[in-house]
Amino acid sequence: MSHHKIRVTVNGATSEDEVEARLLLVHYLRDVRGLTGTHVGCDTSNCGACTVLLNGRTVKSCSVLAVAADGADVLTVEGLAADGEMSPVQQGFQQCHGLQCGYCTPGMVMAATGLLLENPDPGEDEVREGIEGNLCRCTGYSMIVDSVRWAASHGGAGEVAARHATS
Amino acid sequence: MGSMIGAAVVRKEDPALLTGRGTYVDDVRLPGTVHMVYVRSYLAHARIVSIDTSEAVAKPGVLGVWTNADLPGLPPNRSVPGMERPCLARDKVRFVGEPVAVVVAADRYAAADAAEAVLVEYEELPVMASIAAATADGAVPIIDGLESNVVLEQVLSATDAEAELAAAPHRLSIHLKNQRCAAVPMEPTVCLADWQASGLTLWATTQTPHHSRNELAAMFGLSQQEVRVVAPDVGGGFGAKASFYPEFILTAELSKRLRRPVKFVETRSENMISMVHGRAQEHDVEVGFDDDGTLLALRVRITQDCGGWPDATGIGLPTLTSFMSGGCYKIPVIAPSFRSVVTNTTPVGSYRGAGRPEASFMIERVVDHVAAELGLDPLEVRRRNFVQADEMPFATQFEGIVYDEANFPGALDKLLTVIDYDALRADRAARRDDPSKPLLGIGFSTFVEMGGFGPTPLFEQFGYVGGWESANVRLNSDGSAVIKVGTSPHGQGHQTAFAQIVADELSIPFERISLVHGDTATVQEGIGTMGSRGAPVGGSAVFQAAGKVRAKAMKIAAHMLEADESDLELVDGRFRVKGTPDQGVSMAEVAVRSFKPHLLPDGFDLGLDETAYFEPKNLSYPSGAHCCVVEIDRDTGFVKVARYVAVDDCGTVINPLMATGQIHGGVAQGIAQALLEEVRYGADGQPATGTLVDYTLPSAMDLPRYETDHIVTPTSFNPLGAKGLGESGATAAPQAVVNAVVDALGHLGVRDVEMPCTPQKVWRILQSAGEDRS
Repeated sequence: MSHHKIRVTVNGATSEDEVEARLLLVHYLRDVRGLTGTHVGCDTSNCGACTVLLNGRTVKSCSVLAVAADGADVLTVEGLAADGEMSPVQQGFQQCHGLQCGYCTPGMVMAATGLLLENPDPGEDEVREGIEGNLCRCTGYSMIVDSVRWAASHGGAGEVAARHATS
Repeated sequence: MGSMIGAAVVRKEDPALLTGRGTYVDDVRLPGTVHMVYVRSYLAHARIVSIDTSEAVAKPGVLGVWTNADLPGLPPNRSVPGMERPCLARDKVRFVGEPVAVVVAADRYAAADAAEAVLVEYEELPVMASIAAATADGAVPIIDGLESNVVLEQVLSATDAEAELAAAPHRLSIHLKNQRCAAVPMEPTVCLADWQASGLTLWATTQTPHHSRNELAAMFGLSQQEVRVVAPDVGGGFGAKASFYPEFILTAELSKRLRRPVKFVETRSENMISMVHGRAQEHDVEVGFDDDGTLLALRVRITQDCGGWPDATGIGLPTLTSFMSGGCYKIPVIAPSFRSVVTNTTPVGSYRGAGRPEASFMIERVVDHVAAELGLDPLEVRRRNFVQADEMPFATQFEGIVYDEANFPGALDKLLTVIDYDALRADRAARRDDPSKPLLGIGFSTFVEMGGFGPTPLFEQFGYVGGWESANVRLNSDGSAVIKVGTSPHGQGHQTAFAQIVADELSIPFERISLVHGDTATVQEGIGTMGSRGAPVGGSAVFQAAGKVRAKAMKIAAHMLEADESDLELVDGRFRVKGTPDQGVSMAEVAVRSFKPHLLPDGFDLGLDETAYFEPKNLSYPSGAHCCVVEIDRDTGFVKVARYVAVDDCGTVINPLMATGQIHGGVAQGIAQALLEEVRYGADGQPATGTLVDYTLPSAMDLPRYETDHIVTPTSFNPLGAKGLGESGATAAPQAVVNAVVDALGHLGVRDVEMPCTPQKVWRILQSAGEDRS
């Protein structure tokens, strides 16, 4: 198996690592960069637990090779808060009880953040369509929809995500 | 009760989980950890002829490959005596996905590569992947040494009710299927074992850390103090993580052999064939009733498909179904019996509701059948048969099964104030005559289930040491409090709910209370989180421990104020003398005094640190009334849930925000069972739903917005009055949805639609109804 040197910026920190060609981005984030906030919930790219922002767009990091992220700028759930204050999306999930076990939550929060970058004021149906690629087994989704709409009216995607998307 | 119980406070759990700072088992990193990967059977029933591990062992990074023969003396997984499941298949495999060998390597990718290189030669055996196949004439016993595939058969009443059924003016035979479902917690099974000279530590995705510790100690011949089980953040369980899995034993054994930590991380595709499935029951029902819909007799023959091995919990579930088969109705004679059948499929265990949703689905479908037969409104039949509020507690005909305080008609009354039933019925009638509009159906579910599991004599039958729960409440010297509880939450929000209970009982700020759980090294004894026992049993233990702290604090305060205890009250965080509110001491002052022996009466026990074990008097019985309104597309058969209204009676509501979340989540799973989900196998035992591509887990696009409400009838079976809520939605919803689907098609002569009510199934019904009419 061939190895490759990659240079990836994650949450503002750049690092150079040698990785196997087949290493998935999600395993690079978790095992090489030690960022265990991004979760793995399936192996068929259905669940979205591994969703991160890659150069400003949401991707399922189980479906991206680490080598394909060479030179990229990645934002994960660990990087969303600004100076220790949770982003509007994170706050919305707490205020509206948009999480229970928390396992799908990092991916759901990143998907919601990506949605709000594209559409700052989505209606109920638009939120449901926007998070359709992220599965949650606990909440039945209504309170997640409420959480995203709460965020839309309290600052949207948040300053860190906005900066990441425009950089 | 004070101001915190009943308050919709946001959760303490959330900031860590929202910022990626939670700790799930795969996030635990120990130096030197190696990774275990299974070689699983790709056949459903076969004799193992040979296993060649030579190529796999030689792969880079591989530390070893083990088969059953390489691990003599390894304890099997506990089950029905005589049917214990070996951790790795011995001689033959019984379902697709059964582990045949394990590989350990330096990293997961290398281990997976090596697992691919293990060559297993099989001799195929006849496959029986359904109840019908496993009970057919000439079926081969799947478990060697048994005479048939019926592994357990039980009759739970003295009569078969034939006389009463024969005498009834009306009699119906109904066959119902409660299809096999997968729990699919978003986090699959993960464990990390670290066996040291001092003993074994296992981090595991479990709902029952103490029980798992007891199992491991017994299996390995260790004392319980040598085993520590930690369930850190756990990503959902839904009952399936209450089962004990072979990987817990194998990682422990291999850590002992390799003298390194061994981790196992299940993939989702493995999870779909390895983690216990739920439901998988078929019911043959006979019901007798009179002209006005009064139920006279009920006979239910339950057949459970228990999969390739009887699961220790799963095998007990048809008993619960039997006990609950009367639902919220007075039926003079109920005659349940069941048999459990082994098949060449994944083992069956608990799934949200675990045995009770099957009963509730059955009786609520039966009531609708009776209404249809007599041309009565389904609500009229329900009202005619309800156990009334003034008849509670209500002893069912089954010994020890006594419904606590409830108001079945009251919940339905409340539901009817939310929906406009007359308008819905008018709309339904109008649409039947207007082909341009989708059909409309209205379905009801007036349900009762079991919560608050124990008590001990019942829970012992599932292998637990008891049915109680334990809590310790300790005040630090600054007056802040730490709770240690034996429940093991995996999304339920115990940190928040239990802090609310202590905040009220001790009159200290919610923010100054924290919770420790899920670690046998730090928490006293415990049982775990399942069977809707968190609030009623765990919460009651917390309440009692806090009560003991309060009583002792009161003694100290009386000493400090030189007053009689009976003259004191605890208000706004201060003990004060009644009538002279200026004279008092704060809880923080009392807390620090509890550590000053020279300032306390001679011989006074230091500290404010109390433990309580709460044994519930009996199970509690959450109930309620749900209504589902569906629209059916005439061209595609697609069923859309247009409205879902839930009125629940879980007794005391501790946190309305979290209670709503529990109802939403349970109802979502119930709707999904009714419309989308089914674990399916081919006749060859090959899973047709082995990944999330094929198993239709609902997304936000598939589920409706829910309307929820409560009536509150506190139970007298525990001091909080809470009945539990985690399983109510999943218990109530399937029949509300199916009753609505059948109702929408009722004018076509349709009496039943089997779950899941997929577009294809409904479209075919619509087509054949159309053909009949043309």
